[in-house]
Amino acid sequence: MKRFIIRRLFTSILALVGVTVIVFSMSRMVGDPRILLLPQQGYGMNQQEWDAAASRLHLDRAIPVQYGYWIADILRGNLGMDLADRTPIAPKLTQKFGPTLTLSLSAWLLAIVVGVPLGVLSAVKRNSLLDYVARAIAIGGQSLPTFWVGILAILLFAVWLGWLPVGTMGEGFAIRNLILPTIILAWLPLAGYVRLVRSAMLDIMDSEYIKLARAKGVVEWTVIWKHGFRNAIIAPLTFAGLTLAGLISGSIAVETVFSWPGIARYAVEAVWNNNLPVLAIVTLLFTVAFVVANFLVDVLYAYLDPRIRLG
Amino acid sequence: MSQSVNVPINSDNPTISLKRPSFIVRWPVIPSTILGFLILLAIFAPLIAPHPPLEASLADRNAPPVWSDEGSWNRILGADVIGRDILSRVIHGARLSLLVAFVALVSGVVVGTTLGLVSGYFGGVIDEIITRIVDVWLGLPFILVALVIAVVVGPSLGTMVMLLALLAWTPFVRNVRAEVLSLKSREYVAIAQITGASTTRILIRHLLPGVFNTVMVLASLRIGQLILTESFLSFLGAGIPPPAPSWGAMISDGLNYVRDAWWISVFPGIAIFLTVMSLNFLGDWLRDWLDPRLRQI
Repeated sequence: MKRFIIRRLFTSILALVGVTVIVFSMSRMVGDPRILLLPQQGYGMNQQEWDAAASRLHLDRAIPVQYGYWIADILRGNLGMDLADRTPIAPKLTQKFGPTLTLSLSAWLLAIVVGVPLGVLSAVKRNSLLDYVARAIAIGGQSLPTFWVGILAILLFAVWLGWLPVGTMGEGFAIRNLILPTIILAWLPLAGYVRLVRSAMLDIMDSEYIKLARAKGVVEWTVIWKHGFRNAIIAPLTFAGLTLAGLISGSIAVETVFSWPGIARYAVEAVWNNNLPVLAIVTLLFTVAFVVANFLVDVLYAYLDPRIRLG
Repeated sequence: MSQSVNVPINSDNPTISLKRPSFIVRWPVIPSTILGFLILLAIFAPLIAPHPPLEASLADRNAPPVWSDEGSWNRILGADVIGRDILSRVIHGARLSLLVAFVALVSGVVVGTTLGLVSGYFGGVIDEIITRIVDVWLGLPFILVALVIAVVVGPSLGTMVMLLALLAWTPFVRNVRAEVLSLKSREYVAIAQITGASTTRILIRHLLPGVFNTVMVLASLRIGQLILTESFLSFLGAGIPPPAPSWGAMISDGLNYVRDAWWISVFPGIAIFLTVMSLNFLGDWLRDWLDPRLRQI
């Protein structure tokens, strides 16, 4: 177990180093960071001021040293400037953190609460109406572009039927505004859970020990949920990483379509305005979350499945 | 993928049968028809499309589809904000999407399969490095890295193909490597080595055919995702730049006009959905037919 954790930790750290190197070199490829410091009126800087800025920003040092300073700045919470209005990024991010977390957490919960039982039932009652519905949901989730479903939902529920608000939390945050974005964001991970739990459950329910349990006369409910489900749930856990990747790209789609005031929409606006500093920081933030979550999931998985822990 | 597959002997209800089902039994007729139709549209796009995809006509701004009250046969699926014909753009979009996804997939397959063959056959340090690179790459949220690269390099057709290839290659490395690990201990490989076949010959003549089915199945399961990602990046303005008729970009064109001209966004989305769904069905079928062990992917 210890060896596994150390190995896995090493990969996580490599991933973090990898993304910081990509983002750092990308942001240096675009241009001189001093351009941001130029006053917007007047005659700009003279040569002395320009050089002074270079040494203040450590631009006169070797590239790896600059990288070190850049990382240190970020760790100290100094995330750089938003190109759009030349204000610090950090306070804006904290403001936008809540909406993104609310939306993605509720979508994730919905995906698990609906997807996992649906997968189990769909496997147990194979070829029933429920199974077909579950499979249709799964196929839809994997074949429909999330951003387009968002637009369709706005068209149907907000424009034609007038049941729900067109979007954005705006003033007076209401649970009503959360409904559409949550369902649409949850669809893709939900489809994943249905498919994985269903196929894991089908494998398990066909195994010898399930037959033994049935032969012993164990109640069907116990066979399904205790003997079957507890073993079937391990495999889908490994795909939590994929689920999270889906949630990240899904948030980008849903927050854009619904004008949701979150971090993902901030990143998309940065793409539209060529606002690279913002995009870079958001990418780093999401990557850290992604890497940490993947690490925790893998450790949990190893803990639950002795074949990995001891293998 | 190293999960154990549980195959009960003499089971009267086998859920996984490793016996290959016959080619035709579960052949998905409707998805194949849709896909065949789309490929024809893509190949003959300039002949079929009623208008050139970039031709704007201010008289037809936001023209509705033919079945609505003000619709006309000139604009069967309506027109967009600057009067471009939606149907023509959707047809040319099929050409663009399928071509971009296909080129990216082939690049990803070639790179991924080569790395997988090398990694599995040689083992040791090379294997360790390649496996690590794949692990690290899979540990990054692809869509954001793609956005950063698109903003820095500038969105273009070439950037798009490169980004999709970067998305496509990883499963080929992992699965081909795993296959090669088991294939290389077979006797026929040992005999080839003894008779003095060169390493290149062993890799290409003796190991590559053995992983061919796996590669085909993985490729068919992957292409739908590539098309979805292409349309998403184009929707976000980080993909194929306008005025090219990319489905994703067309949906984004209509985003601000959903109230007044829903057809701008709705039809390209239907095209994406039908394409991706057909490809997913065909991929599932190909997997069941050629390589049922890949079921859990």
